[in-house]
Amino acid sequence: MSEVLVLIDHVDGAVRKPTYELLTIARRLGEPSAVFIGPADKADEVTEKVKKYGAAKVYVVDDAQIKGYLVAPKAEALQQIAGQALSNDGLAAILIPSSAEGKEIGARLAIKLESGLITDAVDVQEGGVATQSVFAGNYTLTGKVTKGTPIITVKPNSAAPEESEGAGAVENVSPTVSDAAKKAQVVASQPRKATGRPELTEAAIVVSGGRGTGGNFEPIEGLADSLGAAVGASRAAVDSGWMPHSFQVGQTGKTVSPQLYVANGISGAIQHRAGMQTSKTIVAVNKDEEAPIFELVDFGVVGDLHSVLPTATEEINKRKG
Amino acid sequence: MNIVVCVKYVPDATADRQFESDNTVDRVGVDGLLSELDEYAVEQALQLKEKAGDDAEVTALCIGPEKAVDAVRKALQMGADKGVHVSDDAIAGSDYVATSLVLAKAIEKIGAPDVVMCGMASTDASGGVVPAMLAERLDLPQVTLASVVETQGDQVRIKRDGDTATEVVGATMPLVLSVTDQSGEARYPSFKGIMAAKKKPLESWSLADIGVDASQVGLDAAWTTVEETTARPPRTAGEIVKDEDGSGATALVEFLASKKFI
Ligand SMILES: Cc1cc2nc3c(=O)[nH]c(=O)nc-3n(C[C@H](O)[C@H](O)[C@H](O)COP(=O)(O)OP(=O)(O)OC[C@H]3O[C@@H](n4cnc5c(N)ncnc54)[C@H](O)[C@@H]3O)c2cc1C
Ligand SMILES: Nc1ncnc2c1ncn2[C@@H]1O[C@H](COP(=O)(O)O)[C@@H](O)[C@H]1O
Repeated sequence: MSEVLVLIDHVDGAVRKPTYELLTIARRLGEPSAVFIGPADKADEVTEKVKKYGAAKVYVVDDAQIKGYLVAPKAEALQQIAGQALSNDGLAAILIPSSAEGKEIGARLAIKLESGLITDAVDVQEGGVATQSVFAGNYTLTGKVTKGTPIITVKPNSAAPEESEGAGAVENVSPTVSDAAKKAQVVASQPRKATGRPELTEAAIVVSGGRGTGGNFEPIEGLADSLGAAVGASRAAVDSGWMPHSFQVGQTGKTVSPQLYVANGISGAIQHRAGMQTSKTIVAVNKDEEAPIFELVDFGVVGDLHSVLPTATEEINKRKG
Repeated sequence: MNIVVCVKYVPDATADRQFESDNTVDRVGVDGLLSELDEYAVEQALQLKEKAGDDAEVTALCIGPEKAVDAVRKALQMGADKGVHVSDDAIAGSDYVATSLVLAKAIEKIGAPDVVMCGMASTDASGGVVPAMLAERLDLPQVTLASVVETQGDQVRIKRDGDTATEVVGATMPLVLSVTDQSGEARYPSFKGIMAAKKKPLESWSLADIGVDASQVGLDAAWTTVEETTARPPRTAGEIVKDEDGSGATALVEFLASKKFI
């Protein structure tokens, strides 16, 4: 069976959930081979994890020599692994997490391999038919790559991870990295502080706040914690300096597609919708009954978030006992 | 210093964006404009020019249909020195790969720039991939998704809000740079700027002018196809309650419980 390369999404060897989603999707297209570009001493641990989701092979690229450079060396490494797979049993597709870095790796790889690229897929089915959500979630597209090896970047929450034991045969790869790929140097890197809450893009529930919070996110965080949710923010809240940019939901922030999205003090501008419109259930609290966010909601409360949210939070905590 | 800023003409996001019967984006029926995210790129290009002094030059480059020249005009009004609009019927329906090829060839014809400046993503396709493709094609370092840009001579340092970390990335010109909407408000064209723009050089190139064969671009040459486009079914109107003396909170909790979120 042809291989399907899956680039493992991880932070210093800690595998992130989208990896398992990608491996699950990969099994629809061929035989999954996971690619780990990271610290070699974490390879065993990572292999154990990805095996459980069907990785027949695990290509290990020690990143000691390349982690100080942006994107380009990773694309070169993948190019070489793809070449190897192509000359073995063929290569059905390359699946990459649709993060900012993932998309750029896919972009460079598409040019290198003369292959078509689909970004931000929310589903990939047999035959490589990919679904995308476009125009702020107002349209759904299905499409395919028609040239070369399909390169598809896939968004988080695009599949429910299903376990399936794979062989997990490790193959160490030492790619040659060109000097040209080492010209953009990471001079400093500061890992994002853990919030103790679920990852925004992976969370089942997201509770967001906008300008209507007036800068006080306590009611938002309180409700989020009572529901076990991640916290999000509108750009207005981020631009005001109330929340870091990594919390922003929308066109130029994160796209989320949780089971439940609760928008508080957010008007519902098209750029905000672009990041949350595909949420399964949408709830809003806004004191203006004319706010466009109410056009989207399954349930809405016209009221002041500063009184509605704390009362609701208290009630939820009471029910949970 | 020579700076080329890539500006895209996109359908207005606040209008009813739609697709043509061949599943390409309707770029004619819907009002278009210079992509808001590329205004940030123009702004940063102008700031680099202002810092570098008199002999620096900013060229605004756009690939798109006839009307797309408006995006170049806007960039000229903001302060770019020259404009180039590449337009050819054969380009319609191009994918990222072909678009990046046309941009790369046009950039080569403009001359070796010190900086190729891009927006973080186009507001219609929102791929955020063209800058990386340009870097690959032009064999230049990519310094992308900058929220802060700093330069000293030909040295560039950016701050990048990565997926899991905030990074500082450095490289030496020439390079491809893309900037986010965090990089600082874009200026409005002044009345003087609008008047001055009318006299600025604006060239119109066809594919032949940049040495790209029509068979390499357009819908038929795309390496991806769109099979189907479906408008999202309108959401069924939800239940909306007015909060009176705490009734809103109770109703909210009831709703969440009925959906098993509690
Ligand atoms: C290129 C571009 C990209 C963008 N990207 C994004 C993006 O990624 N994400 C994003 O969010 N935006 C984005 N925006 C900005 C977007 O257009 C809106 O400006 C922004 O979403 C507004 O944020 P907001 O809803 O919090 O603020 P506002 O629009 O000011 O709305 C605040 C709301 O709070 C309500 N309110 C006030 N007080 C209370 C109270 N006490 N209780 C309850 N409700 C109250 C008000 O009725 C109002 O509806 C982008 C814009 C552009 C041009
Ligand atoms: N047709 C185009 N003409 C000029 N610049 C473009 C075009 N398409 C993309 N770009 C540039 O590439 C950036 C990223 O675009 P994209 O990869 O399509 O999201 C944009 O912000 C522009 O700077």
